[in-house]
Amino acid sequence: MNVITLKDCRKALLTALWFMFLTFPILVVKVNTTEHLVIWRWQNLIYVGAATCIASLLTSVYRHYRDRRGQMRQQEQQEEEAGRLSLTERFFNTPAVSRPVFATAALFFLIFPLLFSTYQVNIMTTALMYVVLGLGLNIVVGVAGLLNLGYVAFYAVGAYTYALLNMHFDVGFWIALPLGGIMAALFGILLGFPVLRLRGDYLAIVTLGFGEIILLVLKNWAEFSQGPGGISNISRPGFFGVNMPMETALNYQYYLTIAMVVLTIFVINRLQNSRIGRALFALREDEIACQAMGIDKTTVKLTAFALGATWAGLAGVLFAAKNAYINPDSFTFLESAMILCIVVLGGMGSIVGVIIGALILILLPEYLRAFSDYRMLAFGALLVIMMVFRPQGIIANVRRTYHKKDSAA
Amino acid sequence: MEYFLELVFSGLTRGSIYALIALGYTMVYGIIGLINFAHGEVYMIGAFTALIVATVLNMYGLPLPAVLILASVAAIIWAAAYGFTIERLAYRPLRGAPRLSPLISAIGMSIFLQNYVMLAQTPNFLPFPELIPEPAFLERFASMVGTTDLAILTVTSVVMILLTLMIKFTRTGKAMRATAQDQTMAFLVGVNVDTVISITFITGSSLAAIGGVLIASHIGQINFYIGFIAGIKAFTAAVLGGIGSIPGAVLGSFVLGLTESFATGYVSSAYEDVFAFSLLVLILIFRPAGLLGKATIEKV
Amino acid sequence: MTKSGKMLAFFAAGALFAATVVPALAADPIKIGVAGAHSGDLASYGLPTLKGAQLVVKDVNARGGIKGAPVELVLVDEQCKPEAAANVATKLVSDGVKAVLGHICSGPTKAALPIYRDAKIVSVSPSATTPELTQSGEYKYFFRTIASDDRQARTMADFVVDKLGAKKVAVLHDKGDYGLGLATYARQFIEESKKAEVVLFEGITVGQVDFSAVIQKVKRSNPDAVIFGGYHPEASKLVSQMRKKRMNTTFVSDDGVKDEAFIKVAGKDAEGVYATGPTDTSKNPITIEYREKFKKSEGAEPGSFFDNGVAAALAIVNGLEKAKSLEADDIAAALRAEKVETPFGPISFDEHGDPVGIGFNMFMVKDGQYVIAE
Repeated sequence: MNVITLKDCRKALLTALWFMFLTFPILVVKVNTTEHLVIWRWQNLIYVGAATCIASLLTSVYRHYRDRRGQMRQQEQQEEEAGRLSLTERFFNTPAVSRPVFATAALFFLIFPLLFSTYQVNIMTTALMYVVLGLGLNIVVGVAGLLNLGYVAFYAVGAYTYALLNMHFDVGFWIALPLGGIMAALFGILLGFPVLRLRGDYLAIVTLGFGEIILLVLKNWAEFSQGPGGISNISRPGFFGVNMPMETALNYQYYLTIAMVVLTIFVINRLQNSRIGRALFALREDEIACQAMGIDKTTVKLTAFALGATWAGLAGVLFAAKNAYINPDSFTFLESAMILCIVVLGGMGSIVGVIIGALILILLPEYLRAFSDYRMLAFGALLVIMMVFRPQGIIANVRRTYHKKDSAA
Repeated sequence: MEYFLELVFSGLTRGSIYALIALGYTMVYGIIGLINFAHGEVYMIGAFTALIVATVLNMYGLPLPAVLILASVAAIIWAAAYGFTIERLAYRPLRGAPRLSPLISAIGMSIFLQNYVMLAQTPNFLPFPELIPEPAFLERFASMVGTTDLAILTVTSVVMILLTLMIKFTRTGKAMRATAQDQTMAFLVGVNVDTVISITFITGSSLAAIGGVLIASHIGQINFYIGFIAGIKAFTAAVLGGIGSIPGAVLGSFVLGLTESFATGYVSSAYEDVFAFSLLVLILIFRPAGLLGKATIEKV
Repeated sequence: MTKSGKMLAFFAAGALFAATVVPALAADPIKIGVAGAHSGDLASYGLPTLKGAQLVVKDVNARGGIKGAPVELVLVDEQCKPEAAANVATKLVSDGVKAVLGHICSGPTKAALPIYRDAKIVSVSPSATTPELTQSGEYKYFFRTIASDDRQARTMADFVVDKLGAKKVAVLHDKGDYGLGLATYARQFIEESKKAEVVLFEGITVGQVDFSAVIQKVKRSNPDAVIFGGYHPEASKLVSQMRKKRMNTTFVSDDGVKDEAFIKVAGKDAEGVYATGPTDTSKNPITIEYREKFKKSEGAEPGSFFDNGVAAALAIVNGLEKAKSLEADDIAAALRAEKVETPFGPISFDEHGDPVGIGFNMFMVKDGQYVIAE
């Protein structure tokens, strides 16, 4: 019943010594070559030692309990029948539990602007936009298994489509919204044609390159895109020409984004259970088997790419309208990485997972402001820890299973 | 003609720097199939360790060659230690996990390390001490090629040759190649796969540290963010040459360095990256596995 | 409906309470927003302004506030990111601030200004230099206590052409909003002067591992002077690599380079580099006063834009005091009409919102220090 054995203690001590050695130059010695100063911070060495020692002991304890639970579960599994459902699966398969939860969540989002200040509403709108982006990328990465590291390029295409049309021709939000989606889809097909025969990580780097090219063109071709100065005074979304005061306009934008999220969920939910969706899932699992089954690989991949791009384009239009100002700095690689993190952290292929992932990743840094300096440090560490302890994401994808209808029942 | 040669030199210098970092990417990818996004940060930490050690030693008044050697050795030791630790903490627990999970873990590690160095040291640029001596006989060529350029070219060539020999002829090298081909099979014939993976990370990180010391001496200043851009470029170079292939990474780096140099020299430096990435897309369209990568034919 | 009704009741109760129970606290505090980068990698540009505003407001409250009402600062952080700026701007609007000190960077300022315009709030930026902000005439409630980029570019171009007598000029920039804008204006002014030609106009990539190719290109164009628009990290890399290639071409740059950090990082290569900067303020009594106060409370030298931040805070306070009412139109009119004593001497604002009385000088690095260039 000993939770911490002597071996664990020795391991913890060794880990602590290793980390004290590892962090020695960076954490203990602080140099300022401009002032020719060297500051020795020996106390940091002690902190690191103590922290890693405790962390190591805690992992040992965790392992201990996990192993014990693992043994128990094995026994259970032997006793029970195979094919026991996981907690999340049970949750989704039990309408009596899942429906009230979903209804409460929906209600919360509906009355959100009544409960919180405009500032909170604004942040929530941003987070919801990332939900749309995450769900869009989920089609490409989660469903079709095509790693896209330049997703933000399509987001930029949508945003700039609206900004430029609005600047030159005074085109309104509602006309630009579908146009932005279509433009992004066209770009998706344009990129998709040459690169879709690439596999895995080659595709990843080409999409990354594509994202960089779009960003550089936006930055350098000032005659076209106004360059790094960006485009300001973009019209906010209109509502039958009603002139709205500030607060109403922001709440209106919030509900627009909610509507967008609902539409996205609806379409993607339908898609996943459609012929194309099943083809995409199959493609992710095994390309060759897919081809043998008569699925046209290129068309299906292009569809996935274009569909993902469309949602990015729509979100881009929304983003430009919400901020009324855009510049190329909003469309860097880090943004692509962030959206990818949303998808993977939330759980690839799972709609609810992506929504939770987006809300956590966007709202967390916002509320971590208190630790301002340490928040990106914590964010990085959190990504690693999450992946180590739950590599399948917060909510693992639940694949729809099809049952033969029992005529007797 | 002189201008052309100058551009060739600056392209080769840049290519050598990319190559030292790209090798780490390609070795890790070859063995565990992971894009190690934190590799650029290891390069940055190597440069920072060298800066710190050199500054401290300078205060004790050690002679310049001694400072250079000790700082470089320290950079290699600590970068290797970080590479080793990163693999143990962030990648090893994820073996057998969904393919994208280690990638996110790597991105997280990269963000963490950048902020760790920023908070522990400084967000500002620090001037890097001049460690590489400037011999007088090179003064005649100074307008064309600097001492640091020559140092980068020489060191990179030597390191490449040593690495190739190691991979080709030593037991460890053989074990690495075996693991890269088939992990399970290598394990069955008695290769300690865990050790091989650790050695790969240590070797790759050491190379990155050498790159860090060289480039920091060349550019004269460093901050916590230098690893990001260098890392992305080196990764592009590795893919260009065919990721997983060591000669490919070197070739890809030089092709990328020269392309950027000529694009700057003859077109515009504003679009150098556009040329670099367009070249990448073009090459991959015609050779989907990169310049020297082997196209894998899938068998059912 | 219910919400606003409740609010009304709450305020009515509050007012009743204030009027009957504590008549001493007669006026509600006047809120002033301070928006800028207070964390993140650009915090060093935003924090000095924040501290400057706090020092000014402390003095104002010590002498009884504005028209008897105490002043309260509302601090919001946008890290120089446009999308965050739009968020914090709406927060300031919903908090009911009367004026905003900010924003720091030009991009976020562009994102926030339409919001302030629609909400009728005066804003004074200590450091946003993009010319269009004032010159477009879109934002009549926007002011700044720093001269705009075109005036700085004018100083650079005139200096290079007239003082240095350069015939061939290479213009480089960092592709950023600030650097590219300056470089574009500098090129335009040099070409208009007809006394010199621009032989090269080139953007460099920030953070690139090496600049030798672009330096060879500069060398081939054989200029008499190089003008660089951008910040000091890139400037010191360029200068060092130029000197390594034994090029002694004169290097002229901007306010982003006129920073102690440039001299410290570039070391001996910095000698002889020219940079424009705001008029020397070190002898002004107000500058000395606030710098002393800063040193006393923070124990360090104030950083970038501290003087501009203090000037903006003083201008806002003065505008609020002299205005007929606390409506944006009246405050703006007061800012235009009334002169205010600042670290730059007495300043007021022209009809666009640009400061009258703040100009640029050319400085030169001599023996590790910036001195006014003749």
